[in-house]
Amino acid sequence: MESIIERVTRGNFWTFHGGVHPPEQKQLTSSKPIKQLPLPKQLILPLQQHIGREGSLLVEVGDKVLKGQALTSSNNPMAVPIHASTSGTISAIKKSIIAHPSGLSELCIFIDVDGKDTWIEREGCDDLSKLSQLDLITKIADAGIAGMGGAGFPTHIKVNNKADINFLIINGVECEPYITADDLLMQERSKEIVNGIRIIDKLLTPTFILIAIEENKPLAIKSLQQKTSAFDHIKVCAVPTKYPAGGEKQLIKILTGQEIKSGSLPIHTGIVMQNIATCFAINDAVYHGTPLLRRVVTVTGQALTQPQNVWALLGTPINFLLTECGAQPQAIKGKQNQQAVIMGGPMMGYSLSSDLVPIIKTSNCILVPSAREMPSAFADTSTEVECIRCGQCSDVCPSQLLPQELQWSAKAKDYPQLEKLNLSDCIDCGACAYVCPSQIPLVQYYRIAKAEIREQQQLDLKADKAKIRFEARKLRLEKEKIAREEKHKKAAAARKAAMNKNTPEAVGAKSAVAAALARVKAKKAKDKLKESALNTKIEDKETIPEVVSDEKDQVKAAIARAKAKRLAKVKEKQQVNSVAEKSKILQESSPNDASKQEEKTLTKISVANNENNVQSQDDKKIKIAAAIAKVKAKKLAQTSYKNDKVGEPNTVSSTGESPQKKDLIAKDAKKAKIASAIAKAKAKKELKEQEKSLTNPENEST
Amino acid sequence: MNILLAIIVLGGIAALFGALLGFASVRFKVNADPIVEQLDALLPQTQCGQCGYPGCKPYAQAVANGEAINKCAPGGEDTIKKIADLMGVDVQPLDDTHETDNRPKVAFIIEEDCIGCTKCIQACPVDAILGAAKQMHTIIIDECTGCDLCVAPCPVDCIEMRVLPKTIQNWQWDLANIPVKQLD
Repeated sequence: MESIIERVTRGNFWTFHGGVHPPEQKQLTSSKPIKQLPLPKQLILPLQQHIGREGSLLVEVGDKVLKGQALTSSNNPMAVPIHASTSGTISAIKKSIIAHPSGLSELCIFIDVDGKDTWIEREGCDDLSKLSQLDLITKIADAGIAGMGGAGFPTHIKVNNKADINFLIINGVECEPYITADDLLMQERSKEIVNGIRIIDKLLTPTFILIAIEENKPLAIKSLQQKTSAFDHIKVCAVPTKYPAGGEKQLIKILTGQEIKSGSLPIHTGIVMQNIATCFAINDAVYHGTPLLRRVVTVTGQALTQPQNVWALLGTPINFLLTECGAQPQAIKGKQNQQAVIMGGPMMGYSLSSDLVPIIKTSNCILVPSAREMPSAFADTSTEVECIRCGQCSDVCPSQLLPQELQWSAKAKDYPQLEKLNLSDCIDCGACAYVCPSQIPLVQYYRIAKAEIREQQQLDLKADKAKIRFEARKLRLEKEKIAREEKHKKAAAARKAAMNKNTPEAVGAKSAVAAALARVKAKKAKDKLKESALNTKIEDKETIPEVVSDEKDQVKAAIARAKAKRLAKVKEKQQVNSVAEKSKILQESSPNDASKQEEKTLTKISVANNENNVQSQDDKKIKIAAAIAKVKAKKLAQTSYKNDKVGEPNTVSSTGESPQKKDLIAKDAKKAKIASAIAKAKAKKELKEQEKSLTNPENEST
Repeated sequence: MNILLAIIVLGGIAALFGALLGFASVRFKVNADPIVEQLDALLPQTQCGQCGYPGCKPYAQAVANGEAINKCAPGGEDTIKKIADLMGVDVQPLDDTHETDNRPKVAFIIEEDCIGCTKCIQACPVDAILGAAKQMHTIIIDECTGCDLCVAPCPVDCIEMRVLPKTIQNWQWDLANIPVKQLD
């Protein structure tokens, strides 16, 4: 390790493989101070602004919030809260487009700014030694600090490490063209940055702290060297300018000569890296109790009249920043009526789909290039041509991958091959696409492939989980079945055992069963007896004197007459109805029949014929039934009339027996009622069946 | 005599090699990964039964025994292609008795209509429905495989299949189709 320090102090650094030197374009903004902006009218704060999970909401629509008030709370170690960047009223909590290449919407808190900028009560701290490690970490976590270099890893996790740390590397390289946000911050706020670094120093106690700054930022280097001269273990390293020297693994290679293995983290070799802006935010959080509310954003590009660095409140929509930096409406319109606005630098940034996208914790640059400056951002059609296998891409790849092989596999969606080629080690730096003479957007292909691989992995995980749950359920069901069967068996066994025992209950149960059996037997015997008795009775009845039967006959006849009358009436009605219906159906069907036969469309005819046949057959049946009923009714009426005539004098003469008769009549009336009810039910059933048979063939034919 | 010698020598060699091969086949037996396991690993594990088998593993078993490879609707063309590669047969189009829409979906219970009959709970192959008798049921979205087996048993038709919304987590790059809004 001593040799590393010697080399670093001598300024003799290692170098990483590949890299490119794109035009820097930093002069557009590097010489102007960071501008303080007026308050925007509205802030849009996405709930999730970093890697990990979003916190849970603490506020509702209509709430008044103060500057620095927490809007979400973190209930997960990977979540950090967000805060109101200024005072105002929450006007909405809804989905809005966020800074993401997809242009998708996520949940955002909209704050209508009241312009007073009233702070919430803050708890500062003058003396670092008063605070314990836990206090510091809580402060950093509550301030909502996440890595401000790009990925946005929650900082409190990164600085809460028990392992031995050899090197704390402060990344001020800022290798991407155009961006000068960290440069300006180092020039203007070096004291606060060094204070922040010392807080991390206290937490991690590394052996050495290396502040890495590219050679092209002499002012920043000078400023930090002055502020750190009092500390022996803090060294400012002016590293050679080369893109992408700011990549984590690349910078570690430059400073220490160590290479981080694929799949492992710098922490495993005792190295932690923090961004300059993160150090500044940590200083603010610990000494002033100020959460992360603002950041330096480079607003640049030749389409702007005043490109410069600005202090942007988190949640500021970028159209506000663009107008503040001199974007002209006509310039924004551009040639194709559309101006490219790029979030991030020209190498790794992505086009935004809306100018209402807010600034978040990780946004460091907004690039508005002119058409001359970056023609590819304006091109409608891709200028990509076939790969000529020149191999320049693998010469410049800082991760020593084989970009052209990757490209072919990515186009063929050969994901296993991509994994073999270590696509996961690609840092999306874009150096390969920058040098490609065929203008193949290599990085885009890799990004697609990475997203698809990730998706596939998630699906595989889900499938595995589903499989486990399915198997578990099957096992459980089987177990339950076995348990149930066993229970039944046990219950049956218990019953048997109880029966066989000689306890009083068992005896009682036994005797009860025996009694029941005896009862059944007795009943059977009785039935037999009754049958035989009935037989003899019937024989007896035949010999009963005729007088009784005569009387009965008379009553019966009277009732029958009444019945017949009623029946006749009903039948007549039915007949009329059925005839009417039939004629209707016939009228309907016969012309159809004729016309359809003329048409001679085979299927239709057969279907129609079937229908008609069925209908006419049914009609016939109804008709016949009605006719028979009518005949019967007539006969009945005639006979009853005769009986009536015969029986009338009898009834008159035998008035003395009237009470008995009345009784009999009442009984018979009841019987008749029951009979009519049964008949009704039968008729209903028949009607239903008829309906069914009518509808069924229709259903089949359709 | 010479012929006899030749027969003895050759016969002896044959017997020797035969014994050697026999020994080797027992001693160095390779337990290949059974084809059913490999097939099962390719299937999406929705356990939906749309193939006509009660789960993914039974279908894998059936495919190994010569069943058509194009019956897995949730897996779609990709799965058919993978199975075809593994089984060494031609790729077939998806059985047209199935829906072609295999966007990821999950079941959703319209909770005000749920009567708490537990019929869907019994139908769910992965225990992704939470609820009890006469209590409202709900779907555990993260566990639901979108097999739609719970839709049919519901007596009040309160379960519907909903397409999962696109989020930043499951979003896919589509270079030709990034939505671009014009600035004005």
